[in-house]
Amino acid sequence: MKFTWFNLMPWPYLPDDFREKNRSVWVDIPNTLYDPRKGHAVYHTYLDQLEYAETLGFDGIGCNEHHQNGYGLMPSPNLIAATLSRRTSRAALCVIGNSIAGYNPPIRVAEEFAMLDVISGGRLIAGFPVGTPMDTNFCYGQIPALTRDKYGEAHDLIMKAWASDEPFAFDGKYNQLRWVNCWPKPIQKPHPPIYIPGGGSIETWDFCLDHDYNYSYLSFFGYLRGKSLLDGYWERVAKRGKDDSPYRAAFAQIICVADTDAEAERLYAEHVLYFFNRCLHVFPPFADPAGYRTMATIKHGALAQLTLARQKILENLTWKQLVDERFIIAGSPETVRQQLEECIKGLRIGHLFCLFHNGNMPDWKTRHSSKLFAEKVMPHLRDLWPEWKHDDRWWMHPMDDRLHPEERRPGAEKIGQEWAP
Amino acid sequence: MKWQVVETKKGTRCRVLEGGSGAPVVFFHGAGGLLRENPYLDGLSQRYHVYAPEWPGYGDSTGEELLEDMLDFALHGWDLVDALGLSRPHLAGHSMGGMIAAEMACLAPRDLGKLALVAPAGLWMDAQPIPDIFAMLPYQLAEVLFHDPAKGQALLTGGADLSDMEALKEFYIGSQRRLSMAGKILFPIPNRRLSKRLYRLTAPTLVVWGVADRLIVPAYAERWKTMIPGARVVMVDNAGHMLPYEQPDALVRALSEFLV
Repeated sequence: MKFTWFNLMPWPYLPDDFREKNRSVWVDIPNTLYDPRKGHAVYHTYLDQLEYAETLGFDGIGCNEHHQNGYGLMPSPNLIAATLSRRTSRAALCVIGNSIAGYNPPIRVAEEFAMLDVISGGRLIAGFPVGTPMDTNFCYGQIPALTRDKYGEAHDLIMKAWASDEPFAFDGKYNQLRWVNCWPKPIQKPHPPIYIPGGGSIETWDFCLDHDYNYSYLSFFGYLRGKSLLDGYWERVAKRGKDDSPYRAAFAQIICVADTDAEAERLYAEHVLYFFNRCLHVFPPFADPAGYRTMATIKHGALAQLTLARQKILENLTWKQLVDERFIIAGSPETVRQQLEECIKGLRIGHLFCLFHNGNMPDWKTRHSSKLFAEKVMPHLRDLWPEWKHDDRWWMHPMDDRLHPEERRPGAEKIGQEWAP
Repeated sequence: MKWQVVETKKGTRCRVLEGGSGAPVVFFHGAGGLLRENPYLDGLSQRYHVYAPEWPGYGDSTGEELLEDMLDFALHGWDLVDALGLSRPHLAGHSMGGMIAAEMACLAPRDLGKLALVAPAGLWMDAQPIPDIFAMLPYQLAEVLFHDPAKGQALLTGGADLSDMEALKEFYIGSQRRLSMAGKILFPIPNRRLSKRLYRLTAPTLVVWGVADRLIVPAYAERWKTMIPGARVVMVDNAGHMLPYEQPDALVRALSEFLV
C-alpha cells in the first residue's frame, strides 16, 4: 500500500452562519470572507503539515486545483508543489492535478509538470482531472458540452509534448501550435505516473484503461458508497482483459485517529462537521451544468447522483452518522486499522489519499492524528497486497542521486502555532 | 400542424413542425425547445406556411455532436432551409433561435425575405448582465422567464408530475440534453460576437420584446434597434422572456403586420 497525505487546504474562517447566509462555498462565495493576512499563516501551516507528513513516513504528499472557493485554497497546485519540491526529498509530489481543459495553451501544464519533476528529482505524480464543473465551467468559462473533448485534446498535446524528441506542429480543434517543443522535459520516462481523478463518469474508466493510467475515485462519502462505483470499474478492467493490480486505483478517505473512539469524537467532530456543513455547501446548479456529464453517464447514474439529493444528505449530518455510515474513518488506532482494511480490500485499491486535516482543524490536532496513524495504523496496512508487492507502475521513479535541499531554517516550523491549545 | 423529418446534407435528422400555406416562415425555437402546445405557431400558420424545426439535441432531433460552434449552428439553419426546399423564406426566431436567425441573415443576407427576432439572445451589455440560466434551480428559471412564473412553471414541465421519480428523471434528462446543446452558443456568456456582423443585414427587421422580460431586459431591444438601423421594435405588455407562450396573439399580430 502507498499512503499519500493530502491537504485540501480549506479556508478555516467561514462563519458559523455561513450555510444560512450564503448559497455556495464555491463560484460566487463572497470574497470578503477571505482575509489575506490570516491567509498567510494558513498557507504556512498547511505547507508545514505536508512537509511534516514526509517526516512521518508517508509515501506521498498531495495537493489539487480548485478555484473561487472556500473549500480548497489552491488555484495553482503547481505553486504548492513547487514549494514542497524544495523542502522535501523523499515523498512523491502528488499533484492531483491540473484541470487541463482550462489551460490556454495546455502546453503550460507539460512545462510546469516537467519543471516540478526536474526540481524534485523525479518525484512527480501527475494528475489530469477534468475539473469540477464549478471550477472548469463556472469559474473558468469552458463550455460544458465541449469540456471533455477539449480535455482529451489537451491530454494528447501534453503527452505528445513529453514523448516527442523533436519540435512538432499541433493542429488541434482548441489549440493550434506551430511549434511544440517541451523544455524542460520530465525526468521520469516515458512520463511521470498519470492519475485521473474521477467522480463517477463511466467514460473515465475506459480512458484510464486505454492508457494504463491510475483511476482515482475522489469522494467524501466513504467506501460503503464508493463500493458500487469501484466494483463497476473493476468489472470494466476485467472486461478489457487488463490485470487487476490494486495499484490501478486510488481512493480518498477522511481519517481521524485518537487514543480512543470517544476521544476521536471529542477532538475532531467539530472540525469534520465544519468540513461537511460549510466546505461542501455548493449551490446544486453549480455542480451539474447541462453537458458536463455525458448522456451515457447521466442515464447510468441518473438520479442517484442528483446533486439536490446529495445536498440533502449533508444537511443534518452528525458525527455518529458520519462514523456509522463510514463517510469518515475515525476512532482508536485499532478501529481505524480495521475499517481501513475493510475499505482497502473492499474497494481493491493500492493507493490511499489520506485526509487528516479537515475544515477548521487546528494544526496540533492534525499532526496528532497523522502521527498516531503513521505510528500505529500505517505499518499494519503496508502489506495488504503481497502478490503485487513489486508492482510500481503507478508510483514515482526518482533519480537515485537526486539532490536534497539544505537544512531548513531553525524556527520556521513554528508558524501557525496560534491554533495550538 | 404536423411533424415531418428532414435530413440535412451534413447528416443531422431534424423534426420539423409544419403547417399552413402562404409565404414560407422558418421559426427557430429558444433554448428550452418547442413546448407541447405552441399556439403562436398555430396562429402564424393561418396566414403563412410555417416551418418550426426542432434543433439537434431537442426532442427527436439528432446529430447534436455535428454542431459545435456558432458557425456550425448558423450553417445548420441554412442546411435546414435547403433540406426543406425553400427559397428566400422569412426567418424568425425566439431567444437562442433569434440569435441563430440573425447569424444566418448576416452570413447570407440576400437569401431571406424578412427577419423577425423575438427577444433574441446574442448581444451583451456589461451594464445589463443577463442572468446565468445554466446556474439556476428549476423554480428560479420560471421566475426569470415568465411574466407569470406560476403559470410558466407548469408550461415548462409540460404538466408532468415531478414528484413522480420516472417523470422527474425523464424531464431532467431531456432538459440536460437541450441545455447541453444550447450551451455551445450561450455558455458562459451568450455573445458570439454577432454585433461585429450585424452591419451586413439588408433584410427588413422586426424586433419584438416583452415589457416584463427579466432574462434579457428590454434595454436590449434598444440595443438591437441601434445596431440595426431601420429595425422596427414592438414592445408587448404582460409578457416576459417567454413572450411567444405568454402573449401568442400579440406575437402573431406583430409578425403578421410586419411580414404582410
